Amino acid sequence: MKQIRNFSIIAHIDHGKSTLADRMIQATGLVETRDFRDQLLDNMDIERERGITIKSQAITLPYVDREGREFALNLIDTPGHVDFSYEVSRALASCEGVLLLVDAAQGVEAQTMANLFAAMEHDLEIIPVINKIDLPSADVESVKEQIEMDLGLDSETAILCSAKEGTGVDDVLEAIVNRLPPPLGSEEDPLKALIFDAHYDPFRGTIVSCRIFSGHVRPGDTIRLMFNNATYRVEEVGIFHLSREPRKTLSAGEVGYIISGIKTVSDTRIGDTVTLADNPAPEPLPGFKEVKPVVFASIYPVASDEYRSLVEALEKYKLNDAALIFQKDSSAALGLGFRCGFLGLLHLEIVQERLEREFDQSLIMTAPTVQYRFELTNGDHITVDNPLYYPDPATISKAFEPFIRASIMIPERYMGAVMELCLERRGTNSKFHYPSPGRIEIQFDMPLAEVIYDFYDKLKTVTQGYGSFDYELLDYRESDLVKLDILLNGEKVDALCQIVHRDGARARALQACKRLKEEIPRHMFKIAIQGAIGGTIIARSTVNAFRKDVTAKCYGGDITRKRKLLEKQKKGKKRMKMVGSVTVPQSAFVAVLKSDNN
Amino acid sequence: MLPGLYVHVPFCDSKCPYCGFYSIPSKTPVAGWLKGLEKEIFHTKNRFERFDTLYLGGGTPSMLSDRDLERILSLIFDHYPLTPDAEITLEANPCQVTLAKADFIRSLGVNRINLGVQSFDDRVLKFLGRRHSSQRAEDAVRHLRSAGFQNIGLDLIYGFKAQPMKAWMTTLKKALSFEPEHLSCYQLTLEKGTVFKRRSQKNNSIILPEKTAAAHFLATSAFLENKGYVHYEVSNFALNKSLESRHNRKYWRHIPYLGLGPSAHSFDGKQRWWNVRSVREYCKALNENRLPVEGNETLTKEQLHLESLALGVRTRHGVDTTILPPASGNALFMLQRQGLLKIKRGHAIPTRRGYLMADHLPLWLSP
Repeated sequence: MKQIRNFSIIAHIDHGKSTLADRMIQATGLVETRDFRDQLLDNMDIERERGITIKSQAITLPYVDREGREFALNLIDTPGHVDFSYEVSRALASCEGVLLLVDAAQGVEAQTMANLFAAMEHDLEIIPVINKIDLPSADVESVKEQIEMDLGLDSETAILCSAKEGTGVDDVLEAIVNRLPPPLGSEEDPLKALIFDAHYDPFRGTIVSCRIFSGHVRPGDTIRLMFNNATYRVEEVGIFHLSREPRKTLSAGEVGYIISGIKTVSDTRIGDTVTLADNPAPEPLPGFKEVKPVVFASIYPVASDEYRSLVEALEKYKLNDAALIFQKDSSAALGLGFRCGFLGLLHLEIVQERLEREFDQSLIMTAPTVQYRFELTNGDHITVDNPLYYPDPATISKAFEPFIRASIMIPERYMGAVMELCLERRGTNSKFHYPSPGRIEIQFDMPLAEVIYDFYDKLKTVTQGYGSFDYELLDYRESDLVKLDILLNGEKVDALCQIVHRDGARARALQACKRLKEEIPRHMFKIAIQGAIGGTIIARSTVNAFRKDVTAKCYGGDITRKRKLLEKQKKGKKRMKMVGSVTVPQSAFVAVLKSDNN
Repeated sequence: MLPGLYVHVPFCDSKCPYCGFYSIPSKTPVAGWLKGLEKEIFHTKNRFERFDTLYLGGGTPSMLSDRDLERILSLIFDHYPLTPDAEITLEANPCQVTLAKADFIRSLGVNRINLGVQSFDDRVLKFLGRRHSSQRAEDAVRHLRSAGFQNIGLDLIYGFKAQPMKAWMTTLKKALSFEPEHLSCYQLTLEKGTVFKRRSQKNNSIILPEKTAAAHFLATSAFLENKGYVHYEVSNFALNKSLESRHNRKYWRHIPYLGLGPSAHSFDGKQRWWNVRSVREYCKALNENRLPVEGNETLTKEQLHLESLALGVRTRHGVDTTILPPASGNALFMLQRQGLLKIKRGHAIPTRRGYLMADHLPLWLSP
């Protein structure tokens, strides 16, 4: 009988996770070399382009070990980014062990640590793998030292490999078989299956990816999703090879999929437990949590008559992304649109990019914001995730904003610059620790709002790319908040207002005016850009009128060129929005939150 | 309206540092080019029935020998039917315009001359890399008059730092003293691949700042209109409506034209095609009995429309308001209020200030 191992690979970005997965898939002969393409598990264009994993995905690798035993190795690929930390935790909960991948040149990074802690929380067996040993800059000894010191793991057990060149991949596979425990759980017990992902197939409805902890499930069974108590009849079960392979049954220990006529991905909850309706498990698997958005922004169609098409696009998109929430919104400047909640900034960017790319939408996205809480003088508590609904300042008795704990891992020499950056971003309660000589981990409590304001870009700049960053949400803390209005030629533009901390308001207003000046094209008239709190103007910039835009000659050979330029400009104009008499490009609405391009 | 015929003579004594038109300095390939032209004429003679303009441009057509000029014109007269009243223009460089040359050109049937004066200021002429002196230019105009030309156009350049407003006005006044029927006043543009463009990228020393350039443009227009000229296109002025360049108007109103010679463009109302930008390639193709066409495009309705807008707002003729999209009413109103357009006889007509924004107007007016 085949034995099973369930594992995941965790790594800091660019440490070679997808390449190692590719090599293992090749080594087990699941895919012919000629059919092979890089980043095999990352299906979306955006994943391949950015070299990231957005959705969890599983694949079952058939493997015969050196002693001739047959195994089914279930690799559960997880997203790496903090925005998706809940998805990662559910994927890890479906495994018995992980490969902890460390780049031989870069060493241990903040995400490596965060991932390791997550793996430890689930009591997983950890196999350290040092990758990229082929690089000239590889320093295996010092990485081993970091693995001992930073991570507290036995570096002697680390496997050396170069996924790129394929060396050491066999050792990795042997270690999975020999060092990871087989799954426990009895087929006789009632069904308990953990949903770690779900995706939408236009022909089959929602395909639920799950790990069976006990019992078994077959086509024809009636399953119950324990969180919302909905029942469905199972149409098909199976495992993931490169495509879905139907099976007669999925039993305890296995990883696979269930198709059961669930219409949308939102009808399932990642982390929920699937059981059988007629023989239910007494209690669900632990760790379920409803994911809540932390970053909010509004999206509007560039042309207001494209609202219907945006509605459809969002509904379709939502079929496959349960984490996105949205509701109707309207702005005086931008018309009808949607207020959306995202798991984080990366999630926001992904949603925007996929809506534009896969659904052909032209969007305006407003500057992202966090969710604020206000205690009013009449004793009411309100939550505001849209600066438009900032309460009348006279009625606010206390304001609160969400805080995070940021963990930043850097070479020691950048400490001064990073400290300065964190303090400037209202960081408090700093803690340091030196996991190994020359490296430092800094922890700061910081408002989430400061992080969504270009913090990560700045950190990369001041550390010349050596800084790594991870965060967790802490709590809400009292804060002195004001609403910053932006005016164009004296008219308030609602879609440009922000909620900011009073101390940083002037700097933020100056920044916004400067950025808008860069973004707004010159008009026939002067445009005054002003930042104001209440009635007080605190920042100003001007876009000068332009006076001349004509080429002197236009004869036979010039006409085609002129038309082509106009066609290009017209396309650009489609991405502009009229605000009063001022034409504002789509990019300006987010640009107010970006600092200098450096 | 009947189509126009253009012949590109791609030769110059020297390349001017601001000029982006196709030309080569050497005289040697004239014979080869002429042979090519002969073949091109042979291949294209049936393309259109009749023409009412002929324009010999360049390059420098006036540098061709009398024999070559005669050959070209007789080829054309033999193969393309021109109307009896056809406008026949030749571009001339003051360097070559002697009285004898002027007489000869006149005798060939040319009835309009476009003289590349550029300036009547020796310092400015030197800056522009021109080989003639202002005296030479004055003599050239006189010779042309003596030869009997009654339709003379002068080309002038302005809008650069080496020629402040006062110097420009002196040149303009000098030009007017010859009572030219037509004036082309081009604001210096940094064309791709020119010496000026490269120099300007280094130190920005050439072109006037936008605000000043705009002032020069408005002053020029006001001055010339005050002297009785019609500012009928962004850079063109005519003493009266009948003296507007009939040939150039075809480019601006989508009237067909046939272009012969390297880099020449042709248009038949729907399709546009253009010849290779190299004398060698041009001759090679024709020697192999191929047309020297490098590319072509068939214009969609939208593209024709966009071009009509872009070209219309560059001329006093304006844009027929019936071709404007219904949604442009608001923009039209705004542009009138801002003094950039006027509506007259069903046409949206650019004002003097409107001309200054002619590259931008179509964006405001198109759907």
